[in-house]
Amino acid sequence: MQAFVDSLIQQGYFTGMPTQVVYAIAMIAAAFAVLSFFVAPLAGVTSWLERRVWARMQSRVGPNRVGPQGILQWLADGIKNLLKEDLIPAAADQLLFPLAPYIVFIGFLCTFVVIPFGSNLIVADLDIGILYLLAVTSIVVVGILMAGWSSNNKWSLLGGMRSAAQIVSYEIPAGLAVLSIIFLAGTMSTQGIIKNQGWAPWDWYLFNNPFTFIAFFLYFTAALAEGNRTPFDIPEAESELVAGYVTEYSGMRFLFFFFAEWGNLYVIGAVATILFLGGWQVPAVGDGLIEGVLQFVVFFLKAYLWVFVAMWVRATLPRVRVDQLMALCWKYMVPLSFLCVIGTAAWMVVFPHGNRWASVGMFVLGVVILLLFFGRVRYQIRHSKPELYLRPYI
Amino acid sequence: MLFNFANVLVFTALGAGFVGVNLLIGKLLRPNNPQERKLSTYECGEPATGSAWVNFNIRFYVVALIFIVFEVEIAFVFPVATAFRRWVESGQGGFAFIEILVFVAILMLGLVYAWAKGDLEWVKKIES
Repeated sequence: MQAFVDSLIQQGYFTGMPTQVVYAIAMIAAAFAVLSFFVAPLAGVTSWLERRVWARMQSRVGPNRVGPQGILQWLADGIKNLLKEDLIPAAADQLLFPLAPYIVFIGFLCTFVVIPFGSNLIVADLDIGILYLLAVTSIVVVGILMAGWSSNNKWSLLGGMRSAAQIVSYEIPAGLAVLSIIFLAGTMSTQGIIKNQGWAPWDWYLFNNPFTFIAFFLYFTAALAEGNRTPFDIPEAESELVAGYVTEYSGMRFLFFFFAEWGNLYVIGAVATILFLGGWQVPAVGDGLIEGVLQFVVFFLKAYLWVFVAMWVRATLPRVRVDQLMALCWKYMVPLSFLCVIGTAAWMVVFPHGNRWASVGMFVLGVVILLLFFGRVRYQIRHSKPELYLRPYI
Repeated sequence: MLFNFANVLVFTALGAGFVGVNLLIGKLLRPNNPQERKLSTYECGEPATGSAWVNFNIRFYVVALIFIVFEVEIAFVFPVATAFRRWVESGQGGFAFIEILVFVAILMLGLVYAWAKGDLEWVKKIES
């Protein structure tokens, strides 16, 4: 973004103003634009879409009254929560209880600094991009623990503690999966990682070698657990903990926790896209503007595909138990992710310039697995004869 | 460089400001009618017994300790990982690989130790 602002200054748009002031205005404008035109509608529409997708999967209707197909439901929910009474329990910690939503929201919003939307569309291309992203995401734990402890409620305390234990545990496999990509890319900058890949699927890091292929699934599973999503949503398990760490929250403060959760889904998909799926890479089309739009669309669709998969997983899988959750992380995923790191490094030593045949072979294998999967789904749908609503849009 | 990190500061301030402004607008619009019953702690309708601020299960503490060991280790490997590709390109990949292997092996030893001591078990059996 700095280069863009510099070019504007050189063309004489801001004569007479100190450079620092122009920079400050540009930064605030960019941050405001990202928040109000991208993050807020995205989180809102995701919350609506999630309810619609579940409804479709469970043969229900879902919210469909506010706006066409109910797409403005999130605005109605926002206004409703804004007008609700905000209760702070008398027994709660009066300082930390109102502070927790701030921390959760800041930790979530700061990730968007390094998420690229196109080759030039990025707020700031930090050199330590992906490490910064991991660090900032971890701030959310502090907010959740704060919310759980300060409520002075047993449900909240249990939910907050479980959530903290779960997020810090799954941070290890996620961090190690990211690490194997940094071995390959040789840089931590998000743009640098994307530029090292190509538009074709066999140039993606997902198909670079068998170990990155495993690392992708490790990352996605660990990220779901970090985002407190089913099947790892024991911190807010309705059937045992009421609402976990948000039990005592109401109104707008309650909303901000879920704002961050739904927004985080997109961040998970975006990071998976940056690291494994070639980011915004498109074939060269020549025209600068068309290419920019194409890059944005490609990146958005790739990232949003994983949001959809997360919804799908949530509608399909049951919740795991606490001990199963911890055993899965420490006894299976951590050793496996160490294997991925060592394997990727060994692969680089054996094939210093990559192995094209292995990449193409793995791409074909991936397509075959996907086709088998969809074939199986088709078989199940045909033979179970489910009572699907053919027109669920009443 | 400073420009890039100033953006992080702006995002932090804007995040806090967004939450603050929304809560402020809400404060002007929403009803405020606190009552003793409303402000009591929720415990499924029963009057809450005692405070939730009690001594808590030590298992969470053990998990946090193991986490710190590994997280610090990952933070140390990040710079090495960034430089690894240059080592491979200059033909010294094998040497760098063995160094990384030794470092990771020592840490795996830590995991094996915690595993053998039974600290990864969520439900521990008391030995008679």
